[in-house]
Amino acid sequence: MKLIVGIIKPFKVEDVKDALKELGVQGLTISDVQGFGRQRGHTEVYRGAEYEVDFVPKVRIEVLVDDADVERVTTKLVETARTGKIGDGKVWVVSVDEVIRIRTGEAGRDAL
Amino acid sequence: MKINTGDTAWVLISAGLVMFMVPGLALFYGGMVRAKNVLAMLMQNFFALGIVTVLWVIVGYSLVFGPGDFIGNFDYVGLKGLSNQVSDAGLPALAFVAFQMTFAIITPALISGAVADRMRWAAWVPFIILWSLLVYVPVAKWIFGGGWLAQRGALDFAGGTVVHINAGAAALVLVLLLGRRKNWPKEAMPPHSLPLTLLGTGILWFGWFGFNAGSALAANGVAAQAFMNTFVAAAAGMLGWLIVERIKAGHATTLGAASGAVAGLVAITPCAGFVGGLSPLVIGGVAGVVCYLAIWLKFKLRYDDSLDVVAVHLVGGIIGSVLLGFFADASINEAGADGVLFGGGWSLVGEQILAIVVIMAFSMAVTLVIGLVLKGSLRQGIRVTEEEEDIGLDLTQHSENAYSLERV
Repeated sequence: MKLIVGIIKPFKVEDVKDALKELGVQGLTISDVQGFGRQRGHTEVYRGAEYEVDFVPKVRIEVLVDDADVERVTTKLVETARTGKIGDGKVWVVSVDEVIRIRTGEAGRDAL
Repeated sequence: MKINTGDTAWVLISAGLVMFMVPGLALFYGGMVRAKNVLAMLMQNFFALGIVTVLWVIVGYSLVFGPGDFIGNFDYVGLKGLSNQVSDAGLPALAFVAFQMTFAIITPALISGAVADRMRWAAWVPFIILWSLLVYVPVAKWIFGGGWLAQRGALDFAGGTVVHINAGAAALVLVLLLGRRKNWPKEAMPPHSLPLTLLGTGILWFGWFGFNAGSALAANGVAAQAFMNTFVAAAAGMLGWLIVERIKAGHATTLGAASGAVAGLVAITPCAGFVGGLSPLVIGGVAGVVCYLAIWLKFKLRYDDSLDVVAVHLVGGIIGSVLLGFFADASINEAGADGVLFGGGWSLVGEQILAIVVIMAFSMAVTLVIGLVLKGSLRQGIRVTEEEEDIGLDLTQHSENAYSLERV
């Protein structure tokens, strides 16, 4: 089992969710996060004083999938979240040792 | 004496309008601070309604409007004997007491914007009491109370010197005593809610009609002139600020629109019932541009005037008070005078500058003494600890949170 983690532009969340649902993904988790990559931050001006804001708002999206689905889901996620402009974010995949569904106690692939 | 009901109605309504400026000012400032300090900001303003009202009734009014050239006396302590009095103009004494009281309330409240994010509540309370009695009262006597500066010929229709220069000068001294906020100006301290600031600006603009047009103390032509001048100067101030901001910083901002309108309102305050025609357009416009540029001073000289009370109120008040020496037109108001542009020569400019210098010097000197005494006598000083500054004043000074959003 793998955990696919994506840091994406907030306005892409709906598109990504719909696309992954179409692929049959059963569930996912999102959270508001802030950070910077090569895009860096942005500048805000208050009464003429400029402030560098290093951290830009992004959404972190997390999906647990079976090993067999990793490539399909990852490709779809990347395709959907892409605008081609700097700041589109990143996706990475980590291995997961165990998954348990709390309600039933099912473990492993059955819990996905 | 028969009561003039029209005048009385207008002055009573004006007192209510100026009172409403206090929560307006609180929102104007409150929106500009970070979310962790908004309640402290609101409270420092709102509290003025409580404490200054009590001071005014007990002794403040008597010390400003009792007989005297430099300070009043105790004739009207506790508003003694004023209940059934009516002035020669047909205005009940208490209507005037109430109207003037609202000025005494909002003046120290203006200072709170400069000291935002770091002044201890336990220091603000004694400060506002001492400042009201030792600074506002004498200065109001000299101008509003028919004291020596008014007798010399200085003009101040609604408080350019008494309110704005006075509060702005005190703000400068107090921020120097308090010191800069931690990490200022390196760390961004952006406004947490510009919508609140814009709402506050709207309330201020609305209330300012009472402040300026109410200062005619009658429902007459001068009041109508002051009303229009107030409106026009606020508009011109907004445009002036936005234009220079667009040129220098690249964008016309909502905070700029709000700040410019307030700068225009400040500058027209001393002039409101003494000028006419397109003068308010010039006075407001100049204030919008110059007050924007004056913000640069705090970065240059490195004093942390959190919400630019110096740039808007001190500088705006000086602009209005000096320009009055040029734009005053006795045909608008016979109680006024002619300025340089209306054939009155330079004497009015001289009196205006004298009043500005005297009031600034007095306000700064006495504020310095009050600040030093409080700094020395309060066990924990006048500034919060570094940890309290990090956590925020709302929680550490008032044990409250402004926004309890349902978060884990």
